[in-house]
Amino acid sequence: MATWTWFHRLASPPHVYGFARRWTPWIGGAAAVCMVVALYGGLVLAPEDYQQKDAFRMVYVHAPAAWLSLMIYTTMAVAAAVGLIWRMKVAHAAAAACAPVGAWFTVAALGTGMLWGKPMWGAYWVWDPRLTAELVLLFLYLGYMGLRAGIEDPNKADKASAMLAVVGVINVPIIKYSVEWWNSLHQTPTVMKMGKPSMDTAMLWPLLLMFVAFALYFAAVLLIRLRAELLRRERNASWVREVVT
Amino acid sequence: MKAPALEVARLVAARDLRLAFRKPSQLLQPLMFFMIVATLFPLTLTPEMSRLRDAAPGVLWVGALLSSLLALEFLFRDDAQDGTLEQFALSGQSLTWMLFAKTCVHWLLTGLPLALSAPIAAVGLGVPAGAMWSVVASLALGGFALSLIGAISAGLTLGARRGGVLLSLLTLPLAVPILIYGADATHRAIVGMEIAPPMYLLGAITVLGVTLAPLAAAAAVRIGLE
Repeated sequence: MATWTWFHRLASPPHVYGFARRWTPWIGGAAAVCMVVALYGGLVLAPEDYQQKDAFRMVYVHAPAAWLSLMIYTTMAVAAAVGLIWRMKVAHAAAAACAPVGAWFTVAALGTGMLWGKPMWGAYWVWDPRLTAELVLLFLYLGYMGLRAGIEDPNKADKASAMLAVVGVINVPIIKYSVEWWNSLHQTPTVMKMGKPSMDTAMLWPLLLMFVAFALYFAAVLLIRLRAELLRRERNASWVREVVT
Repeated sequence: MKAPALEVARLVAARDLRLAFRKPSQLLQPLMFFMIVATLFPLTLTPEMSRLRDAAPGVLWVGALLSSLLALEFLFRDDAQDGTLEQFALSGQSLTWMLFAKTCVHWLLTGLPLALSAPIAAVGLGVPAGAMWSVVASLALGGFALSLIGAISAGLTLGARRGGVLLSLLTLPLAVPILIYGADATHRAIVGMEIAPPMYLLGAITVLGVTLAPLAAAAAVRIGLE
């Protein structure tokens, strides 16, 4: 039984609130440290790419953002599924807190990709499968947030948007493969391989560290948003009064 | 007492068909919408047949998708407003099968007529006569998949205030694979290539939709009715 108490505690808003408040500075601090080190490594220590020169350094923001946009969607769907299955309100609150962060990371990935694409491909936008899949992902996030905002009853909004997140997670791989297949038919106008398949270690470690930094940053922002979400949802509960005053 | 699932589905389908034929004008609306959309393209793009032929798969499929979205609003709305859906959910019979029957009827009344009348629009877009059967087949199969996916979003938006735009916002990203394979099948038919590969994939998506979408739609409707 004792092994499950941590899981049961997750269902209690005051416990999760306290946990989030204690851990946010540590996780946020670790994210900041990792980010500074990775930025120094990526922008200063890493050598120039022999073809792309300094423009390749966009990858240090672009790739982690794109990676997180997918990871956050998965996190959101898992939280939504937990909320549906175990009727856990905290899980629904976490899913709600994930969505805007994920949408912004998707926008960041698309935006940095466009800035990189202009000098490299000569165009801000090409219908590359990965770009297209990322754009569809943005629409999925927007649909999720739209549905949540469109339903007044918070309980109903939680469950309906959770259903949508779960349906979306089944659909994401299908969309990804269909988009890739679609593009293989239409010849692509430019070569879109990003550098060489293998990366130099001096270029790679800042990238990996940046992944970690972004993931930690997401965790910190998620905890902050989760606290706000819990306060808003539980505004009539007695523990909120104790915490706020 | 729990009746056999297929019998329940048959009764719901018969009811929906009867109700639909009492309001025939509503049946024609999505079809007219599709025809008008198909007409707008030659007016805005070019009247030149060879260029229209290149655009034909896109025009037909975007038109079909938009008109299917338009029709989706009517899938559950009337039944939700007059309480029928609530009675369905409380009846103790399988809501999944009932909604599956409703979705099939919805396709019979919107997707299938649209596919059958697509050749009229296709002729105007310069699609060769030999490709017509393939155009009809791809639109019919893809239309069914669209109805199945749409049933989930229609169920999810039951509780929303302004369902219309939201319904499209939810359905469109989910419909991307159907649109890609469907338009590819139509494109292959027009240029005289083998249409089997995209049709198989479209069929696979439809099978997946038949298996999972009614379950998800039933769960969504239950959430909306709570």
